[in-house]
Amino acid sequence: MALDVMIVDDSAAIRKILQRVLLQIDIPIGKVYEAGDGAQAMEQLKVNKVGLILSDINMPVMDGLQFLSELKAAPDYKHVPVIMITTEGAQAKVLEAVNLGAAGYLRKPFNAEQIKDKLAGVL
Amino acid sequence: MEPKKAAEQIVEATTGVLSMMLGIEASVRETVLETRAQGPSEGVVALVGVAGAWAGTGTVSCSPKEACWLAGQMLGAEFDEMNDEVLDAIGEIANMVIGNIKTNLEDELGPMALSIPTVVSGEHLSTRSLSKQTWTVVKFDCGNGTMTVHVMLAPSQQAPALTHRRPQETAAA
Repeated sequence: MALDVMIVDDSAAIRKILQRVLLQIDIPIGKVYEAGDGAQAMEQLKVNKVGLILSDINMPVMDGLQFLSELKAAPDYKHVPVIMITTEGAQAKVLEAVNLGAAGYLRKPFNAEQIKDKLAGVL
Repeated sequence: MEPKKAAEQIVEATTGVLSMMLGIEASVRETVLETRAQGPSEGVVALVGVAGAWAGTGTVSCSPKEACWLAGQMLGAEFDEMNDEVLDAIGEIANMVIGNIKTNLEDELGPMALSIPTVVSGEHLSTRSLSKQTWTVVKFDCGNGTMTVHVMLAPSQQAPALTHRRPQETAAA
């Protein structure tokens, strides 16, 4: 069964690159939804169910950690695995994301193999 | 921070981002120190602010032609002229370059946070620092053009802001 994915990043370039990478890996991917920040993502999740979320941290309006916190507090979404893909590499931020329930953490820049490995460990 | 160390961090972060995300092997053309941090007079300048124990600004700048080429390499597309996709790509390159420099320096300098990138493009730009802090500037040969990275970091109380004048168009990345 194909996996529906949501990509949350304020950079359209990164969203496009991640879509391209998802098509290169062996996992069957269904629909890919995009959101420019955490608030947009929460709105989209009300109408689009997904099995995986890839999220940036540093974003306007609602950053990735706030988004992760709200997601994990919502009974309908708390089971959805979230991989943080971000420039932010500070140990404190990584620990905060893990404590909030992130299933994985990957620093930008990244390549397709790293995304593939990270997904394999989560799915 | 010693200029030599700053330059090393710029080179490591920039070549890593360009290699992994764009498939480009960039080479250092020139490293200089500036007190006025004069940017380009036309083209694209992407700025990322750094705040925390140390604070400052990092910028990535290039010509419009180079910006289109870099965005094309990043997105697997061709761009003949500047548009939102090109500005967004340059902003994200700046975000990754300055973000990696910040992360690599945090063990030594203490925790710092990044701003959302801002991208300015146009003609007759004038870019100036408000103080006389030293900026480390590294120019890279990328493809047929040049991309320049400016970084200034100082203990928080000494950190100035960077001003821009007369941009013809702006876009937030």
